[in-house]
Order: sequence, then structure tokens, then C-alpha cells
Amino acid sequence: MTSLSPQDQAVEIQEHHEESHPDHRMFGLATFLVADAMTFAGFFAAYLTFKAVNPLLPGAVYELELPLPTLNTILLLVSSATFHRAGVNLRRSDMQRCRRWLLLTAILGLAFLVSQMVEYFTLPFGLTDNLYASTFYALTGFHGLHVTLGALMILIVWWQCRTPEGRVTADNHFPLEAAELYWHFVDGIWVVLFVILYLI
Amino acid sequence: MTLTLPQQSKPPSLQPTGWLRYLSFSVDHKVIGLQYLVCGFAFYLIGGALAGAIRTELTSPVADFMPRDVYNQVLTLHGTIMIFLWIVPVVNGAFGNYLIPFYVGARDMAFPRLNAVAFWLIPPAGLLLITSYFITGAAQSGWTAYPPLSLTTPASGQIIWILSVLLLGGSSIFGGINFIATILKMRRPGLKLMQLPMYCWAMLGTSILVVLSTPVLAGTLILLSFDIVAHTGFFNPGMGGNVVVYQHLFWFYSHPAVYIMVLPAFGLVSEILPIHCRKPLFGYTTMVYSIMAIVVLGLVVWAHHMFTSGTPPWMRLFFTIATAFIAVPTGIKFFNWIATLWGGKISLNSAILFSCGFIVNFVLGGITGVALAQVPFDVHVHDTYFVVAHFHYIVYGGSVFVIFASVYHWFPKVTGRMLDENLGRFHFLLTFIGFNLCFAPQHWLGLNGMPRRVAEYDPQFAFVNQISSVGALLMAISTLPFLWNVFASARSGEIAGDNPWRALTPEWLTTSPPPVENWAGEPPLVTHPYGYGIPADQIDLKDASGSDLWSNGR
Repeated sequence: MTSLSPQDQAVEIQEHHEESHPDHRMFGLATFLVADAMTFAGFFAAYLTFKAVNPLLPGAVYELELPLPTLNTILLLVSSATFHRAGVNLRRSDMQRCRRWLLLTAILGLAFLVSQMVEYFTLPFGLTDNLYASTFYALTGFHGLHVTLGALMILIVWWQCRTPEGRVTADNHFPLEAAELYWHFVDGIWVVLFVILYLI
Repeated sequence: MTLTLPQQSKPPSLQPTGWLRYLSFSVDHKVIGLQYLVCGFAFYLIGGALAGAIRTELTSPVADFMPRDVYNQVLTLHGTIMIFLWIVPVVNGAFGNYLIPFYVGARDMAFPRLNAVAFWLIPPAGLLLITSYFITGAAQSGWTAYPPLSLTTPASGQIIWILSVLLLGGSSIFGGINFIATILKMRRPGLKLMQLPMYCWAMLGTSILVVLSTPVLAGTLILLSFDIVAHTGFFNPGMGGNVVVYQHLFWFYSHPAVYIMVLPAFGLVSEILPIHCRKPLFGYTTMVYSIMAIVVLGLVVWAHHMFTSGTPPWMRLFFTIATAFIAVPTGIKFFNWIATLWGGKISLNSAILFSCGFIVNFVLGGITGVALAQVPFDVHVHDTYFVVAHFHYIVYGGSVFVIFASVYHWFPKVTGRMLDENLGRFHFLLTFIGFNLCFAPQHWLGLNGMPRRVAEYDPQFAFVNQISSVGALLMAISTLPFLWNVFASARSGEIAGDNPWRALTPEWLTTSPPPVENWAGEPPLVTHPYGYGIPADQIDLKDASGSDLWSNGR
């Protein structure tokens, strides 16, 4: 075998990249979500350890109300179901319905964010008031960041499948599937967060 | 569902050729691997200069070479650069990117563009870290950044340090995802997992550790930055916070980080030894299970770094036992390497000298590691130079020796030219003597109570510290023949040919340097990567792996 000249190599690039290999992007995303889940696991572990060994200092205020977060839980759970409907309709090539369900999902996500902001403004403690207050805002804030990103993704997918010739179609549904997996993940994290922060 | 790679739309003339492609956003795994290697080596020289500054300061018991706060900055930068910018990117990113696609029979990594992004996060992170020294003063709290120290030292340097480590952690996670997908999903049809070269298994294990533990460090550092910038109190005892929680979260990453630095080195040594002693790798199957055992155990031993942090007795007991258990799979690997060398036709070239140096150093570091896992001993030597000596025996005597062995081994493949063996052996001799002269005396210093990370010490330790500094000087000098060798050989070294070591692993079954697509034709199916010394028609992986020894109880 001899060494190839740059020209030959360039020709080879062209030839090779017309080959194709199976799409591993969903696998990569799932691996990334494992990593993301570990970030939350670290936060949860920190919160639970604080709870076990660090008592609330005298005079510090840390009380949570249940109704609003319960509403939030319902919003997110319903939005997972609506996203699933969007995916089912996409595979049936029913772009109209797919887009409608996507829009509904995004609205539910945004409603969650609004409701979360309402909770932030009505709580009797701020970020730096005490250890528990800080942990509460860090955890819900980090999750809220994920919801914001997820909602943006949904709106982008919604935009991408506006025409039958768009980027997202029944044959190329990776963007929608990726956003859906991510959204279910964010949803699942919220359920754990709800149990740990509000119920325990 | 299939996906067509995006490069087809670009005209080939826009792909940089020649040396320019090493400065470009190339998606070729071989280019990215070399980018990692050269970038990492540049940071190694910087980190080495900082180590030289530390050893110069420590030749005398008083802080006369630099002020104390500068000493703190220097040791923090030294630790951070060597770990996050040299060893982790090089043993994972450099050799992983160069070799893994060859080993699985692929033409590139699973996500080439993510791969390039992962690399290009590193130079800005490194520059950020280094320029912080000149602009605001670098972080002063060591590479561990323990609060409350990291909360009371100047904030700007600490925040830049956090930002830099977050970027490097992100790079590491992206790399890990890519390796897992490539090893599990991109294998050539017909190639089974248990036929992969050992480095693939090492990288799979390492990448699992990266993906599981690095995000925890990222989360912890975000909380720490909140404490510094927003004055929250997560880790601030004055505000009801808990410093030990930081230590737990930090070591949940940073103990596996030791395996992230050393498991790939295990893999690389397992590739180098069989080729240069013309024997199959002994105990393939047990090697694979050992790696996976180290991955699992490596995730549940972190609190052995915290025996003096008010750890409750049950926790000390658990983490002592778990740590002692890790010696078992590690020992299996050690004996397998010895058995691989045993009775082989060993050619004493630079690659095998550095590999054997690794085995010696790593066993010494491993023994002190088992000693440190015992609570009564650890409480005595915690935060002394004994820990410094142990750690450097693992990461320098272990990983860095393997990096040099790998450079000698794969240089012919990468450049098409051989390195000068005499210069290489000289380089090994200087490094091995310098390294042991530098770090062996530090065991004694630690046992006698010299604390680490302090610019000044008891004058009775002066002589031993000076011996250690002479060793450091030798290590610094040893870099010169290596650099000369690399530059001279790349220009005018002996032509290597495609397979100078007569190796069987797939990267050697192509031209040197390999074409962009790795092989001119179809990727070869290598089912017996270690079938040395056996007639080709009698190769049986079961025999070669030593599994018959297990079943027969011999």
C-alpha cells in the first residue's frame, strides 16, 4: 500500500461520505440524558443530606404550599401525553394534527413556567435567605432551565414541520423524537423533584 | 433509518490539507486525536514549568522564591492543568479518537462534529485558566477547591477556575458519549464485543465513568459558584451550609477521575505489551471483567478521601473495604501483564521500557493506595507528602509513562517514520530515575509529617526536599531528548513502512499515515487482535485468553 496524495484523499472524502451508516443520534441523546440525570442526582443527594444533618437555623423561614406545584405536576404530565399524540400523528403523516398537539404541548410547558414564576414571587423566602431556600431555588431553577430549553425545542420542531416538505416529516422525525425524549425526561425529573422537595 | 453524513455537500477543496487541518474544525478522528495530543503536550510543558517552580521553592524551607499566595496559585494551576488539560484529554481524547474507530472497524467516530466541538472546548478553557493568573490572579484553593477555602480566597480567580473546569467537564462528557456510541454501535459487521482490542474495553469503562460522574462535579461547581457570586450558603457553615457535602460531591467525580486517567492507560499498555513481546495478551476475559469491576467499584469508594472529615465509623468501614476490593481487579490486571511478558520474545525498545516502567511505578503507587485506604494509617498521613507521592506514582508513574510508551509505539503509524530508539531509551532512563528520585523521598517526608500545599516547611526536611528537587530537574531535562527526537524523526526519521512492529491490530493493517478513510478498501475483520506466536490456523481466542487455566483450575 502506498500513501495517498491529498487530492486522492479529497476524492475519497467525497466518495465515502456518500455512504451512510445507521443513525445513532437517539442513542447519543439517551446517553447525554443519563449524564444530565446525574447532575440532578447530585443536587438531590445534596438536598437530602442537608435535610438529614443540617437543621434549619433559628428564625429562618422555609415553608412550601402544595396547590401550585400540584397544578404544575399535572401540567407537565398532560404535556407528555400531548407530545406523544403529536408523535403518533407525525408517523401517520397527519401534519395538521401533529402541529396542533405540538403547539398545545408548548403552551402547557409555558404555562408551567408562568406558574413556577408565580410560585417564586409568592414564596416567603428568597434565594439567599437560608440553606433550604437556596437549595429550593437552585433545584427548581435548574429544572426550569430545562423546561425552557424543552419548550424552545418544541417550538422549533413546530416551525420545522409547517410544510410537508419541511425538515421534520414522517420519514425524518429525529428532531421531534429527540425533543419528545427530552421532554419526557424533564417531566420525569419533575416528578422526582416534586416528591423530594414538596412531599418528603 | 439511515443518515447521510453532511460533508458531501462541501466541495473537497474546502477541506484544509497539510498541517493547516490541525488548526481547523476538522471532523477527521485522526486529526482530532492529534489535536488533543499536541494541545495536551503543550499544557504538559506549562504544567511542568509550574511543577519546576514548586520544586524550586521547596529547595529551601522558607518562601524565598515566590510569595505564599503566588505559591498557592502555582500549585492550583499545576494540579488543574495536569489533570484536566493533559492527562484526561490525552489518554482519553488523543489516543481514544485516534485508535477507537480503527479498533471497531469504522471510518470515523459516531458523532464527528460533536467530537470536534469537544476538542475545541479545551484550548479556550486552558487559556482562560492560564490568563487568569496574569489578569486577576489564579485560584488559590488547590485543584480540589474545598470550601470554605475556595470561598475566602479571591473570588475572581476562583470563578474563572470554575468556568474553565466546567468547559473541560463538558468536553469530557461529549467525548464520553461519543466513545460509548462508537464502541457499542459502530462496530464493523461480524466483530463481536469480546473480540475488541483491550483499549476499547478500557475506553468503554472510562466513558461510563465520565458520563456518570462528571455531571455531578459540574453541578457541585455550579453550587459553589452560587456561594461565591450570589452569597448563598450551600457550603458556607456560617450560613448553615455544609462543607462535607461539597467533599462528597466533589470526590464522587474526582475519585472516578483517577480511573478516568488510569483505565485508558491500562488499555494502552495492554495493546503495547503483546506486540513487543510477541505473545497473546494473557487473560483477555479476566481483563475485561476487571475493567468493569473497577468501573463499578470506582463509583463507590469516594469517601476514602474524607476519613478526616468527621466521617462516621460505618462509612469509614464501608469505604475502607470497598477500596481494598479494588486492589483485586487491579491486581488481576497487573499479573496478566506480567504473564503476558513471561517467556515472551521481548524487544527492549522505548515503548516496552516505558510500559515496564509503568508496571513498576503503578504497583508501588497501588500499594501505597491500599495503605491509604486503611483508616488508622490514612488519619496519620492525610494531607501530607505521602499522599502527594502516592498520587504522582499513579498519575505520572502510571498514566504519563504510558503516554510516552504510546507515543513511541504509535509514532510510526501517525507520521510514517520511526523514532530514534537510542534517544528513546535515554529519555526513558532519565525519566525513570528522575521520577523515582523526585517522588520516592516524598513518602518519607509525608510519614514524618510534612504537610502538602505549603510553601514553607520544617528545616529538618530540607535535605530530602533537595533530593526530590534534583529528581524534578532530571524529569525536566528528560523532556529535551524526547522533544528533539519527535521533531527530528518527524522530519528525517527512518521510514517506518505500514507495519513496523508486525502487529495484528487493525490500525496497522493500513498505510502509515492512514488515509482519510482509514483503509483504502473494506475495514479488515480482526477477530484475534493478539494472535501472536501461534500459527495462524490454530488461533483460538479461548486458549489465548487463559480461560482454560480457569476452567482446569491450574
